[in-house]
Amino acid sequence: MAMEKMSIAKALNESLRKALDNDPKVLIMGEDVGKLGGVFRITDGLQKDFGEDRVIDTPLAESGIVGTAIGLALRGYRPVVEIQFDGFVFPAYDQIVTQLAKMHARALGKIKLPVVIRIPYGGGIGAVEHHSESPEALFAHVAGLKVVSPSNASDAYWMMQQAVQSDDPIIFFEPKRRYWDKGEVETDTIPGPLHKASVARTGTDLTLVAYGPMVKVCLEAAAAAQEEGKSIEVLDLRSMSPIDFDAIQTSVEKTGRLVVVHEAPVFYGSGAEIAARITERCFYHLEAPVLRVGGYHAPYPPARLEDEYLPGLDRVLDAVDRSLAY
Amino acid sequence: MTVESTAARKPRRSSKRTSAVKTTAKTSAKTPQSSEPELVQLLTPEGERLEHPDYSIDLTAEELRGLYRDMVLTRRFDAEATALQRQGELGLWASLLGQEAAQIGSGRALRDDDYVFPTYREHGVAWCRGVDPTNLLGMFRGVNHGGWDPNTNNFHLYTIVIGSQTLHATGYAMGVAKDGADSAVIAYFGDGASSQGDVAESFTFSAVYNAPVVFFCQNNQWAISEPTEKQTRVPLYQRAQGFGFPGVRVDGNDVLACLAVTRSALERARRGEGPTLVEAFTYRMGAHTTSDDPTKYRADEERAAWEAKDPILRLRTYLEKEGAADEAFFTALDEESEALGKRVREAVRAMPDPDPIAIFDNVYADGNPLVDEERAQFAAYQASFADTAEEGK
Repeated sequence: MAMEKMSIAKALNESLRKALDNDPKVLIMGEDVGKLGGVFRITDGLQKDFGEDRVIDTPLAESGIVGTAIGLALRGYRPVVEIQFDGFVFPAYDQIVTQLAKMHARALGKIKLPVVIRIPYGGGIGAVEHHSESPEALFAHVAGLKVVSPSNASDAYWMMQQAVQSDDPIIFFEPKRRYWDKGEVETDTIPGPLHKASVARTGTDLTLVAYGPMVKVCLEAAAAAQEEGKSIEVLDLRSMSPIDFDAIQTSVEKTGRLVVVHEAPVFYGSGAEIAARITERCFYHLEAPVLRVGGYHAPYPPARLEDEYLPGLDRVLDAVDRSLAY
Repeated sequence: MTVESTAARKPRRSSKRTSAVKTTAKTSAKTPQSSEPELVQLLTPEGERLEHPDYSIDLTAEELRGLYRDMVLTRRFDAEATALQRQGELGLWASLLGQEAAQIGSGRALRDDDYVFPTYREHGVAWCRGVDPTNLLGMFRGVNHGGWDPNTNNFHLYTIVIGSQTLHATGYAMGVAKDGADSAVIAYFGDGASSQGDVAESFTFSAVYNAPVVFFCQNNQWAISEPTEKQTRVPLYQRAQGFGFPGVRVDGNDVLACLAVTRSALERARRGEGPTLVEAFTYRMGAHTTSDDPTKYRADEERAAWEAKDPILRLRTYLEKEGAADEAFFTALDEESEALGKRVREAVRAMPDPDPIAIFDNVYADGNPLVDEERAQFAAYQASFADTAEEGK
């Protein structure tokens, strides 16, 4: 067993390196991914070691990046493209939604589109406009796409390689404010399938479901609640499409209570989908309505207000208290 | 009025222009501001053969007859599809009437290992690729959204979102270059698509990466109701210059010129010299689609003027003048046309609706539990009707 401690950023870098090493058809594409190694240095050193033909600096044109990646995938390549920030994906949204997501079905399954779109997402880094958004629901809503987000270094390491190997288009959301969080990575053995949720902490009184950047907040909330004698289970969803509803159901059947936490606006968000499905599946097990904690129906605020906007420990604990009060 | 300004920009057909016809990639690059750009023409509307210093072509009588046959059969297929739409057999049809030379000329310039990224009107190109024409009708009948394997004939699915496929073509061409292959890629689009950001981005990417791709723009003068003047203030082929590769305007109703110019652009791509923009100056004789009404936005005189430049008639005149085809050839082709029409008609009417459960097929390559769950629910729901029907007996 090879166990290494590394940051999420390093884990992604190592994972991409391994993917490039394992398969000559894997390509990295994006703005500044070459010499600079990406603005977050996720692709640091890869162009130096694999060359400009494998790690490709692109023109500043998001639709072009995704559109040409589609063409490269049709030619047999496996492009991993980087969108520099969440809010910049929209010029490529047309290519992702109208082309990438549907081409496999339109060809009656005869062609495959193994394209990974990496998007550093979410707030908490004091950035300017368009650099802090959580648009995952917009992609999860589209059939043909799969949407995932790791919350820790080990998942970052393995989920990226699994995404690259997938024959489906994967939108890979990277929690940018967690890039520098370190964790243990077991580099030899794959821990589990890409779209399975994992239990980040066991508990018996209530289930918190989160993914990406909010898993850490939920773990902190569970630890704080423990001091008040409450036993909280934290489920790390890992995949927002498909969603591992079985894992949520198992947990909710045990705890009877569910709070879903995400940074994205609550309205029409992934929490709504989880609440609806779990209510259908677990109606007689629920001791309280499924509650949601997330962003507001307002543009992501200026950085000085983002701590008010983002769900923090207090808002999560408040929802826990409300649920337990039923 | 826009129609008049369109007419004013039209290149005048005249055999006197023989010696003046010399617009090429090279000269166009030198004269980007030319107000009335000339176009490459090898066969006049009167069926006279012209020579061109940069685009000479020498075809055997058999090859000429082949091009004629392709155009006639493509037009026949198109007419049949239009009729089938009128009969309610197709939900929609996008006719290529008038654009046969642009499509057959460019299509016959391709090698088998080249790859085509069409828009939704490239029935003639599909014909050249050996795609069974009845395959093209599935999406218009509403039984699929494409439905063929693009790799069988190196002919990608029709793309409805305007201009998207130019990026797919560019990416594919980048892959061809990476593979060290010497095949080329061709992307079809229209004058309306030239306004799309994706087309501009595909120009940028293809130039930057020197991708072996030919952009074949069929400027048929109208993007539904909007004339070319609503898309551009410079002749379309000149757009290429700003991106750093050559553009050339060809008479899109001249199958010989379209063949010669496309062949030259493809060879250039194969040599590793990068992209070329070919603007085939042509005319959409019919409606944009069967849902469109061109009488609301364009004058009859305009259509009549273009009718005189018909791509099929001019080649027929030439074939007859040269003695390259006899009456037996034309008679046999008439019969073949009718047989094709009949085959298409019967095939469409026999085309079954897909099994409803196919809604859930091929959504994902690696599967998805949500799709599986919904498929099972749908199957159970469908089955419940069978139970009801049985109970009723």
